[in-house]
Amino acid sequence: MTDLTPPAMDPAVVARLARLDLTDDEKARLRREFDGLLRYFAQIQSVDTTGVEPMVYPVPLQNVLRDDLVRPSTPREEILRNAPGAGGGEFFRVPKVLES
Amino acid sequence: MSAPLHLRKAVEIAAEVREGKLLARDVAEHFLDRLRRYNPQIFAFVEIHESDLRAQADAVDAARRAGATLGRLAGVPVGVKDVLCVRGMETTCGSKILRGYRPPYDATAVERLRAAGALLVPRANMDEFAMGSSTEHSSFGPTRNPWDTARVPGGSSGGSAAAVAARLTPVSLGTDTGGSIRQPAALCGITGLKPTYGRVSRYGLIAFASSLDQIGPFATCLEDAATVTEVIAGNDPRDGTTVAAAAPNLTDALRQGVKGLRIGVPREWTDDPSEWYLTTYPKELQRIYQLVRSPGYLQRQPSRLERLQIEDQIRQANGGEIIDGIPNEIYASMRTQTLDVAIEQARSQGRFFMDVDTRDAITEALAQLEKLGAELVSIDLPNAPLAIPTYYLVATAEASSNLARFDGVRFGFRAEGRNLEEMYGRTRDQGFGEEVKRRILLGTFVLSAGYSDAYYKKALQVRTLLKQDFERAFEKCDVIAGPASPFPAFEIGSKMDDPLAMYLCDLFTAAINLVGLPGISIPCGFAQGPKGPLPLGLQLVAPALREDSIFAAAGAFERATQWHQQVPKAFAS
Repeated sequence: MTDLTPPAMDPAVVARLARLDLTDDEKARLRREFDGLLRYFAQIQSVDTTGVEPMVYPVPLQNVLRDDLVRPSTPREEILRNAPGAGGGEFFRVPKVLES
Repeated sequence: MSAPLHLRKAVEIAAEVREGKLLARDVAEHFLDRLRRYNPQIFAFVEIHESDLRAQADAVDAARRAGATLGRLAGVPVGVKDVLCVRGMETTCGSKILRGYRPPYDATAVERLRAAGALLVPRANMDEFAMGSSTEHSSFGPTRNPWDTARVPGGSSGGSAAAVAARLTPVSLGTDTGGSIRQPAALCGITGLKPTYGRVSRYGLIAFASSLDQIGPFATCLEDAATVTEVIAGNDPRDGTTVAAAAPNLTDALRQGVKGLRIGVPREWTDDPSEWYLTTYPKELQRIYQLVRSPGYLQRQPSRLERLQIEDQIRQANGGEIIDGIPNEIYASMRTQTLDVAIEQARSQGRFFMDVDTRDAITEALAQLEKLGAELVSIDLPNAPLAIPTYYLVATAEASSNLARFDGVRFGFRAEGRNLEEMYGRTRDQGFGEEVKRRILLGTFVLSAGYSDAYYKKALQVRTLLKQDFERAFEKCDVIAGPASPFPAFEIGSKMDDPLAMYLCDLFTAAINLVGLPGISIPCGFAQGPKGPLPLGLQLVAPALREDSIFAAAGAFERATQWHQQVPKAFAS
């Protein structure tokens, strides 16, 4: 008999993996919701999938090759125009990565 | 004297613009006037670029004067969902996190519309990142259903659907990941097509779930839907998953007729648990219920004799006083109760369900197709009841990966932080809405070490089984038919606190995305809502790349019915 009880999910741990700074209220609410959702999703555990290949894409994929030609790309300034904090410079700007 | 522009087909407008009988500029002004008047009532578009639309129209007119041959959608305004990149126009997926983002390029579908002479009307409202079935999860606020503005238009392409239903644009583009074109088309009483996966390039479509997303049209008739599909479909070197097959000729397929076509009706879809619940009512009430739900009862005025009989039955059942309108009230409350019970069973036992009006309309539509020459066959989709859990496991996993790119560095919104990680975390917490965060977390969880085999891999295996189900079913039939939504439009706010209740909106549509098939929703009747009629949709599904079969069956149905010609009263003139 397959165990259909879903494992508990800790929103705090998963939120860190997903780079989401959740508030405590959000964490509490999500813990409750995931409990119900995972219980519902656990239905699929009852199906026998021994020897069944997983299907990532609905259509058979093959490598698509193109000629290695030089083509125009989007100008840097157009890309950087969308970047917060780039300030008209030549780079994306982020807060300091290394701790002093 | 011809009908006003908004009540005419897009292809007719384009033909007159091409022939110089009509100026694209006049078309633009007509629809701008409607947008100004009606958009505030339903909020189909989050913003309207008046001068840009005029400039596009003038360019079309100038091209014609210069002797250029105009395209198939010359001068036709096309609503564009806020998820498709339109060069230089803010594109935000209904999200705060993309606020201010102006794509430096056009999506392929948008580029092809431009080349066909269409006038682009960005940006139609949507559930944030296309995650939702009601367009309530938009950071801009909800879109309203033109048939009853207290109700949702469906989602996630609710803005695109409501725009066409209210005739604010003749056609529009939406995207469908688990039902996001077909379900709002059904709830708004219009036609909506999700083409085969790979038919339309996803280049410039901001990704939600890459193995499921597909772009498609909304229209008020099949001919317009066929034309838009033919314009946007076809191989694109910028999307390696597009199929090599040439764009389909659906306009011709439309006239083929349904004679000899085998239409499959899945046993699992029609196995409705709400039926038994009726047996728990007193016999008299059951009789009234059956009578009131009999085809057409609520549309026609019951005869005086009929009313007296009903009132007598109610008196016997309740011993109470009779006032005007009681049968309808009783019917409405019984309908709500049976639906609630059915939904509860669907949740606990993974069964299909549909509201009684939907069931009646689908039954009548199937009978109609049979009368027109189709052969109805019963088919089995044994794994279909697992479509919702499978879909939500696959879609959230892909979403968690796709949405990792929104981190405050390259585009949109940024919340400051003392270091990089704090900036990421704050940006994403403040930038994403509730439903998006829920799905990112769910997807991150089902992909995480120790759980991915039990959830993600298992779901991908069930996906294979589903594909086999459909392959076997299509040995017995050419098209599969059923509802596009389990129920008509629901009230704004009624499902917002219950994620699973919202997810069940995709009950009949999600499986089709998992296996990459084409599916359409066409108008097939109305339920009687408290403020007037609420549209219902018939879903038709075909094997991969066989959109022609869908259009053959749908075309015959459209010619034999008037459902698609109904316009919500408040938006008709």
